[in-house]
Order: sequence, then structure tokens, then C-alpha cells
Amino acid sequence: MQEVISGIPLVNYIYISAALFGIGALGVMVRRNAIVLFMCIELMLNAVNLLLVAFSSYLGDTSGQVFVFFIMAVAAAEVAVGLAILIMIYRNANTTDTEVLNQLKW
Amino acid sequence: MNITQYIFWFLSFLALLSALMVVFSKNPVYSVLYLIITFFAIAGHYVLMSAQFLAAVHIIVYAGAIMVLFLYTIMMLNLNKETEPQKKTYIQIIAIVALGLLMVTMIGSIKGAEAAQPIADAAGIGTVEKLGDVLFNKFLLPFEVSSILFLSAMVGAVYLSKKNLQ
Repeated sequence: MQEVISGIPLVNYIYISAALFGIGALGVMVRRNAIVLFMCIELMLNAVNLLLVAFSSYLGDTSGQVFVFFIMAVAAAEVAVGLAILIMIYRNANTTDTEVLNQLKW
Repeated sequence: MNITQYIFWFLSFLALLSALMVVFSKNPVYSVLYLIITFFAIAGHYVLMSAQFLAAVHIIVYAGAIMVLFLYTIMMLNLNKETEPQKKTYIQIIAIVALGLLMVTMIGSIKGAEAAQPIADAAGIGTVEKLGDVLFNKFLLPFEVSSILFLSAMVGAVYLSKKNLQ
């Protein structure tokens, strides 16, 4: 596996993580459905995870992979609570459209 | 180019393309399915970087648990409509311009950075033995605290989804 790391420069992984993060951010800005917004947040989290694993592998430090482990745990908890909140919003407002849920908007 | 570089470019292309399809497909169910493809491509990247344990956990947690939650919520809310209201065109143009600015900022900050040299003995740090050794010695307290996080998330999710809160 060592020739994999030397065959691909680290900067390639940085560019791919940046692109994935940007696509996720674009989705949060463009879409109106709250569930798709959640998916785009997952995309951004995964971009950061990929970057952490890349640095951890290239620098030979295990701590980065343990961080990714904890980020996965937090993401799972976040999705469970977030979707429960979404179901409650749907029961009250009968929609998940973020343009309709604008009561906190200035 | 050797075989691993071909695999690298194929996985990267697959991940970016299906991530774009997550954003731009109209039906939320298709978004979920494309997101699963993205997650598998990222798991392939983990295997390529010899983080095999994380690749397995990634597939189990994301493609197994989180995607089922998403699909189940879409099914319960009955949201699989083909025609979903879109944002206004000028807002979409502003969003794409903002994305371009974000990418210029990130790539510009990477440009001047010095490339890190791979450590010679980096192979095999992603095995279960090495990760477990670090996780249960150095990160024992965060590991235990995360169980409390899960407990509170479970109680919160069950409480929030109850029909009558009062």
C-alpha cells in the first residue's frame, strides 16, 4: 500500500475535498427541500473526513483517523435528531420547504 | 500511470459526479441513491489510503444506517414528488457565483502551500489493532463521552417524534 501514497500527491486529495465541500455548500444555497439540505451537509462532513484521513495517512499519525471515527458518531446522532425535528416541523407546518419556514427571518 | 492512479481518478470522478447529481436531481429519493454512490466512492478512497477499518465503518454507518433513516423519512413524509418548487433564478446565480468565490479562495490558499512528504513507515496505521490501541488509550474519555451523546440523541429523537408533546 505504500506505493499508493507515493504515487498520488497529497494535493490531489486536498483539491477533491475542496470540490466536494463546495458542491455541498452549493446544495445548501440552491435547494429548498430541508431533507436535501441535510444530505448536502452530510456531503460537506464527508469532504472534511476525506481530508482528515488523507493527512493522517500521509503523515503517519493515527489521531486523524480517530477524529474521523468521532465525526461519524456525531454525524449519526445529528441525523437522527435532525430528522426527528424535521418530522415534527412537517406535522406542524405541513411542509419541509425552507422558503415557507421563515418565521425567524428578519 | 499505474493501476492505483487509475483507481484514484475513477473514484474521484465518481464521487464528484454523483455529488453533483445529489444537488441537481429533482426527486429526493434519487438524491439519496446518488449520495450512496458518493459514500461508496469515498470508502474506496479510504481503502486506497490503507484505512481499511474506517472504510468498513463508513459503509456500515453511512450507507447502512444514515441512508436508511433518510429514505424512511422521505417515505413517511411522502416527499417523492417530481416537481418541487425551485429557488428564484437570481438566487441560484448568486449561489453559483458564491461557490466560485469559495473555490477560488480555497484553491488560492492551497497553491502556495508546501507539499507534505509521505512518512516512510506510514503503512498499516489504519488497521484495527493500531486504531483500537489509540482509541482505548489516548482517546478513552472522548470515546466514553460519545456514548452519552448517543444516549441523549436517542432520548431526544424519541421525544421529538412523539405525537402529543404535552
